[in-house]
Amino acid sequence: MPTLADFIEHYHYAITIFLMMTGLYIVVARGNMVKKLVGLSIFQTSVYLLYVEPAKIIGGTAPIIDPAFTVYSNPLPHVLMLTAIVVGVATIALGLALVVRINEAYGTIEEDEIFDMDRDT
Amino acid sequence: MNAVWPHLPAWQVVIPLLGAALVAFLRHSGAAFAVALAVSWLMPLIAGAMLWQVLATGPISYHLGSWPPPWGIEYRVDVLSGFVLVLVSAVGAVVMPFARRSVAFEVEDGQQAWFYCMYLLCLTGLLGIVITGDAFNAFVFLEVSSLSTYVLVALGRDRRALLAAFQYLILGTIGATFYIIGVGLLYLLTGSLNMVDIAARLGPEWADHSRAIVAALAFITVGVSLKLALFPLHAWLPNAYAYAPSWVTVFLSATATKVAIYLLVRYYFSIFGVAIEFRDLPETEIILVLSVAAMFVASLIAVFQTDLKRMLAYSSVAQIGYITLGIGLANQAGLTGGLVHIVNHALMKAALFLAVGAIFFRVRSVRLPDLAGIGRRMPVTMTAFTIGCLGLVGTPGTSGFISKWYLALGAFDKGWWVLVFLIVGSSLIALVYVGRVLEVVWLREPSAAIADASDPPLSMLLPLVVLAAATIYFGFDTGWTAGIADIAARDLLGGLR
Repeated sequence: MPTLADFIEHYHYAITIFLMMTGLYIVVARGNMVKKLVGLSIFQTSVYLLYVEPAKIIGGTAPIIDPAFTVYSNPLPHVLMLTAIVVGVATIALGLALVVRINEAYGTIEEDEIFDMDRDT
Repeated sequence: MNAVWPHLPAWQVVIPLLGAALVAFLRHSGAAFAVALAVSWLMPLIAGAMLWQVLATGPISYHLGSWPPPWGIEYRVDVLSGFVLVLVSAVGAVVMPFARRSVAFEVEDGQQAWFYCMYLLCLTGLLGIVITGDAFNAFVFLEVSSLSTYVLVALGRDRRALLAAFQYLILGTIGATFYIIGVGLLYLLTGSLNMVDIAARLGPEWADHSRAIVAALAFITVGVSLKLALFPLHAWLPNAYAYAPSWVTVFLSATATKVAIYLLVRYYFSIFGVAIEFRDLPETEIILVLSVAAMFVASLIAVFQTDLKRMLAYSSVAQIGYITLGIGLANQAGLTGGLVHIVNHALMKAALFLAVGAIFFRVRSVRLPDLAGIGRRMPVTMTAFTIGCLGLVGTPGTSGFISKWYLALGAFDKGWWVLVFLIVGSSLIALVYVGRVLEVVWLREPSAAIADASDPPLSMLLPLVVLAAATIYFGFDTGWTAGIADIAARDLLGGLR
């Protein structure tokens, strides 16, 4: 059985999951396209936390061979997340560009209003 | 020759990437098309050479930057990935000549060079997903191909194309994020990102003991299923296919979902299959049920569509159901059927969407009521279309029959008679939606609106005829399709413990 102590010990996972669900909920629940993208961004950010937290060791340094240091943080997840951040930025940029075009074409960025307009035509 | 031959796996991805950059600098639509055509025609040569090498001497492992795996990124070509590489690159090469006129007709002048740039990036991503042996690298390529696909969809003239692209972006990104959550969990468990290394580290002792590995499997399944449009995660597909420029629909239907299916197969059989007694997890049953649902529900929806492109899009969802059915069966004949249907469906659906593109080029409409009697005005186009339709139904003599034959054999081997009837039953629904269209285009009197329609120019007609001929040819000679799929399936099932 997971206990409260387990939970407190792994509180960072709770934060990750909270962010993940917040982001996903916003994407599903909001009709405003910019808010959807904000939710998507939060969702992606939670993944950065998922990767980076276990890789960071308190007191750990960069993995440079030196007799003065014995504890290293794992650099690989940090680098992976740099890539993921770039992908995330590209996604949000493209999403916002599409929203601008949608706003020009429809005059609104509320999904339900757009669906109504398309149904009429 | 030594500068080329050992580096084929890298060239496969680097050439389209450099081509995309070159096109971005050229910004001239004619030059852009020339570059895209040259790259597209080069790709199947490289992929074919690699598949030939793999069949002769076993898997190729290419170490990028000479860093040995599992530390460096490994490009790995085995029978399955070589098979899919040849499919993707060959489809790109065959349909590329069609693009010149179709794109000039449907995409604004200033955007045509960017169109080819995005196509080459998309090709880079798709080939990269298949060739890479690194789980995170696959995510990056997945997003390279997806982001360029969103742009390609948004280039459609109709304003609803923008909305379709946006919805695709949201769902596609959720899918990709689910995928990297799964990869992250796998990395936390095994400390490796190399697919072969992960499989080696996930011994059978992991089975049932770790909830994290089941969570990783679940995240990856949902993420990739969103990308491959497994029912009921297909919501993005009909709109994206219906409003994208015709040529984009051709390319996407034949390659993008197929590559995602490849990724699912890779994870199920090569990675998780090693750790978990695959047949005992409910994963396969879930996939089976969803596949059967896709075959019936999507086919039924297709029956009621009046837009030809949208009808074929729903038909794609149904046909993807057949492919995942093979994955769910997880036995030799079933998996062979699924893998061979990847190729057969890609060829016939490309032919069908090319025919639709040709119709739009001449008639400016793909709504069924506008197309009465078009068979008499565009006989070659509609003959090819009819062959594609027969393939969808699975008529003997077409490649569609071969796929369904193997799937039915797989169901027989399991002793699931009901499934055999379901496969036949869903084909009958396909006969209904296909028959409806064929009746309109062949048997009705041509209306005045299409009086001056005729077969399109040779550059558009030839790809269409080639693909329709392939649909027939692979219905008789199955050495290249079912033969290689059979070897690939044997490899995959051999990895299961």
